[in-house]
Amino acid sequence: MRHLLSIADLSSTQAIQILDTAEELSRVSDGPMKKLPTLRGRTIVNLFAEDSTRTRISFEAAAKRLSADVINFSAKGSSVSKGESLKDTAQTLQAMGADAVIIRHSASGAAQRLADSQWMTGSVINAGDGTHEHPSQALLDAFTIRKNLVHGGNDLTGIHVAIVGDIIHSRVARSNVLLLTKLGAHVTLVAPPTLLPTGVESWPVAISYDFDSVIGKVDVVMMLRIQLERMSELFFPNAREYSHYFGLNRDRLKMMKPTAIVMHPGPMNRGLEITADSADSARSVILQQVTNGVTVRMAILYLLLAGSQELGVQS
Amino acid sequence: MINSRPTSFNDPSCEAGKEIDMSLALPAPDMDRAITRISHEILERNSGSESITLLGIPTRGAHLAARLAAKIEAIEGRAVQCGTLDITLHRDDLRMRPPRALMPTTIPSMGVENRNIILVDDVLFSGRTIRAALDALGEIGRPASVQLAVLIDRGHRQLPIRADYVGKNLPTSLAQIIKVQFTELDGLDAVTLEEGAL
Repeated sequence: MRHLLSIADLSSTQAIQILDTAEELSRVSDGPMKKLPTLRGRTIVNLFAEDSTRTRISFEAAAKRLSADVINFSAKGSSVSKGESLKDTAQTLQAMGADAVIIRHSASGAAQRLADSQWMTGSVINAGDGTHEHPSQALLDAFTIRKNLVHGGNDLTGIHVAIVGDIIHSRVARSNVLLLTKLGAHVTLVAPPTLLPTGVESWPVAISYDFDSVIGKVDVVMMLRIQLERMSELFFPNAREYSHYFGLNRDRLKMMKPTAIVMHPGPMNRGLEITADSADSARSVILQQVTNGVTVRMAILYLLLAGSQELGVQS
Repeated sequence: MINSRPTSFNDPSCEAGKEIDMSLALPAPDMDRAITRISHEILERNSGSESITLLGIPTRGAHLAARLAAKIEAIEGRAVQCGTLDITLHRDDLRMRPPRALMPTTIPSMGVENRNIILVDDVLFSGRTIRAALDALGEIGRPASVQLAVLIDRGHRQLPIRADYVGKNLPTSLAQIIKVQFTELDGLDAVTLEEGAL
């Protein structure tokens, strides 16, 4: 595989290979070798047509630790805001010799379009496309869960994860449902019916409208951000009511299993889907997710760019 | 570790069905004697085991380093610093092969700074692995000296690198394949020489 476009394209073996590689890389970056020469001379373009803090910085840090050259390109302040098409942008990048493009776009399928086209020959990495997928986020979430809760064994068999909140607008939820179930975890989606997408019945998950009945049974509570910027209509009566029924607060924290962890892909709406004391509690692994994000993205870049052939082929 | 020119893996004439001529280059007792001799040589040159740190290059170099460490401990009666050094991320042939799985790097408690480092690998061939290991080591710190111990030196160096301690010099043709086996991994100790196709 040359591209990372969606979790749907990955086999569980490939996903585990990425997690194992990240494991070794985290040992390297925790240790004395901070900078590795592996991708020296490769050019990686961060093409972000949508706002992002941690994904862009995380990919940039990962690429730089592997000695690649990074070019940051955001839609604001570039010719994209003058109306340049994706095709022209891609061809420009190709002419400049980009070995890989990390793309975030508000249109679902933008990464796929870039990969399928003949506009450029480099690898394409999807860093979030519309409401479709965000594969690197799912991989870092799986890595964080494995690191905290799985002792022995390399997949997530037996782990029960609740994904709570704005499922309908969340590419993180889609990628996570695919990856976590692929790795053997059991997933329960918790949301008001208005925030669940149509067709959710066909997903390999359980669905609940009652957070309190689920929270005591799960190993992982993954809170999602309410994506106000994508909401054109009313999905719930008001913020207070949403917080009351679906927010994570001190009382719900007490109902969790003693070993259970709290995750959030960020950025958080503190006070809406998660209270400040829950986000900062000892159960919260939210900052670990950020740290792990860099090593998982290093693993992705290493596996896609360092070798010559397909991901998953062992010599 | 199967050590041969990379091309011969994909060479159709190398496939099963073709009769492979195989000879035993180093049987188990001789392998043990070589490891014992190298241990003594290391101790002699470094005046004991106090200043040395053994770093094996995974997979088989790490096993060889553990064997040497056990032998040195038995001779000296004190613990010896022994770890592993994965060099995958420093290889110069990454672009020519599929991505490789990463192996663990474990640096023993006293680190590498001002230590006499003994790099340990099973077969010395082109010398490129050792070059990568020197680069990896340079990222970690500045050792007092770096020495190289190998079980087999098969020649065909592509870089100006030599070993300080050699179990056996085994002149080979480029077509031949050297296979080093350890009981921990393969159920027996042996070094065999196979006739591969060029």
